[in-house]
Amino acid sequence: MKFATRILVALLATASIYGQAETLKMGTEGAYAPFNLVNKEGQLEGFDIDIGNALCAEMKVECEWVTADWDGIIPALMSKKFDSIVASMSITDERKQKIDFTKKYYTSPVKFARPKGSKVDISVEGLKGKVIGVQGSTVTENFVKGMFGDVAEVKAYGGQDEANLDFVSGRVDLIAADSFVLYDFLASEDGAFAEAAGPDFDNPKYLGEGIGIGIRKGDDELKARLNKAIKAIRANGTYQKINEKYFAFDVYGAE
Amino acid sequence: MNFEMLMGYAPRLLDGLWITIGITGLSVLIGLILAVPLALMRLSSYKVFQWPSYFFVFYFRGTPLLVQLFLVYYGSGQFRVELTELGLWGYFREAYFCAVFTLTLNTCAYTAEILRGAIQSVPKGEIEAGRACGMSGVLLYRRIILPSALRTAWPAYGNEVIFLMQASSLVSIITLLDLTGVARRIISETFAVYEVYLLIAAAYLVITYVLVFVFKRVETHLQRHVQSMS
Amino acid sequence: MFDLDGYAPIIIAGIKNTLMVGLSAMCLAIIFGLIGAWAKTASNWFIRSFANVYTTVVRGVPELILLLLFYYGFPQLIQDMAESFGYEILVDLNPFLAGTLTIGFIYGAFCTEVFRGAFASIPLGQAESAKALGMSGPLMYRRILLPQVMHFALPGLGNVWLVLIKATALISIIQLDEIMRMAKIAANATREPFTAYFLASLLFLAITVVSMVGQHYLEKKWSRAGAH
Repeated sequence: MKFATRILVALLATASIYGQAETLKMGTEGAYAPFNLVNKEGQLEGFDIDIGNALCAEMKVECEWVTADWDGIIPALMSKKFDSIVASMSITDERKQKIDFTKKYYTSPVKFARPKGSKVDISVEGLKGKVIGVQGSTVTENFVKGMFGDVAEVKAYGGQDEANLDFVSGRVDLIAADSFVLYDFLASEDGAFAEAAGPDFDNPKYLGEGIGIGIRKGDDELKARLNKAIKAIRANGTYQKINEKYFAFDVYGAE
Repeated sequence: MNFEMLMGYAPRLLDGLWITIGITGLSVLIGLILAVPLALMRLSSYKVFQWPSYFFVFYFRGTPLLVQLFLVYYGSGQFRVELTELGLWGYFREAYFCAVFTLTLNTCAYTAEILRGAIQSVPKGEIEAGRACGMSGVLLYRRIILPSALRTAWPAYGNEVIFLMQASSLVSIITLLDLTGVARRIISETFAVYEVYLLIAAAYLVITYVLVFVFKRVETHLQRHVQSMS
Repeated sequence: MFDLDGYAPIIIAGIKNTLMVGLSAMCLAIIFGLIGAWAKTASNWFIRSFANVYTTVVRGVPELILLLLFYYGFPQLIQDMAESFGYEILVDLNPFLAGTLTIGFIYGAFCTEVFRGAFASIPLGQAESAKALGMSGPLMYRRILLPQVMHFALPGLGNVWLVLIKATALISIIQLDEIMRMAKIAANATREPFTAYFLASLLFLAITVVSMVGQHYLEKKWSRAGAH
């Protein structure tokens, strides 16, 4: 009897916890190492995921992760499949017409990679006639198309992983991507044949004002809470711990 | 976002339509040419011919086209060195080639199966009559068996062509900008999800029923031929 | 060959979701099919045209487009429409539900044709003799028509299933963790795309073979039941 009562109490306790805790649905892509990816166990991991979880902990809510195709991630937010996009999305004016953003949670310039020994110069002259692989519907795509689209062929992929695969197999001559993602790939066994090239591009016209969390327009309360939580994890050292776990340098950039 | 604004995208959609038609047309044509020997191999009395044909048809009919497409496009990258040595990488490098290659093999398997059934259902009397006229193997096939099989197979073949045209929408996933590919790009620029997809759905509906109409017309033509003969 | 740096097990585990979506979609397709077949022979003009529009549209639009419409398009269309009337509603279709609904909806059209053929192949005299015995409509349907319809429809349904299960690979596009999506994850992580997708294709082939054996067995059983 005592035992039964204890089980009952335990059940009630968990039920009330689940009943009380508010869940925040976070959408991500799961194909953008080291920021968000699916590991061998089929679980999501990466910088974005850790930041998202830290923000939820700070806000005292339950995080529920939902994955979506990159092309479909904004439509999915708008059709309320989740309430926020934590997927390394750049804050751009184009996107701001449809959705809203929190303050940035990191900044990343765009960089090119070429096979070692190819000596392609990253300039309008040097990229003439080359095929450049990028992930479609990204600031990188807009930037590369805007700067070099007249002289080079820009091939847009559904995900960064696929662009990388085609870079390895030689279908594209170069790839351009967010520099941290690019360095992560170059550090892998398959990326060893290639090297980073050219300057760090941070043209705000194309590349926006850093990476933020996407939310629906009008969700001002959520926006305020997320901004507060970003500020809090920056202040209490959680952010720095996550940063150190993935990168040897500061990814936040200028305040 | 409204449908009028979509008209601004008409040129790109037309480019996409052209790619859809090109890929479907090429695959259907090459697939049909290859399907004839494949069906004959399957009907051969020699096991050496029967089995390869059987397994080819079984594999391509038993697995999803999407998997086949990824297997050819991304899978070929894994054998880049070998393919380069064989001088084939230049082809496999192109997404367009990979798409036509995969769709050709796929439709070839289905068409061979349709043809096999049709050849088997050619009335024995027709074949015997041909033999009685002194026709040899090749002539018998060209004059009697294949024309008769074509008439039987036509409706099913029409369905296969329509199926392939629709299935070609999958090539959008390997970076090609066919009708579906263009639609997905436009959505990622405008976020007009249902407007664009409904428009594209209507476009496919029109193409499908144009094809249905054409195949029906040819069918009546083929049938009239039979009636006038009898 | 199929180790894939430890990623092979998650591809194989994908079978579970493939089969679950496939089976749920098949059940739905059979229901849609029965309703569709009834509607196509209904005396009401409106119901008949509705059924015709259904099969026409499904056969005319690629599965991929229908899937994307169901998953991304319709929820937003409904929400936007509700919003213009001043309501705020949430239409949430998770990948499993959207996938099952789309595939069930599409293959329901094919089942409609299968059932229509099956109903047509039952001799008219049977329904008449049932009526003569004083059976009511529903009773006649259950006792006389349905068992025979299933007998005639089984080969057709088997073929629909074989096509349907392959179509589930499409749901990987809306991120359901079935065979194909797991293969994609493995292909990208290990950069051995051929190995990963070939393994996926073999798994589909295995499902096909098992289904064909099952179909053969069921047909034998039902043809005996139909013959007695």
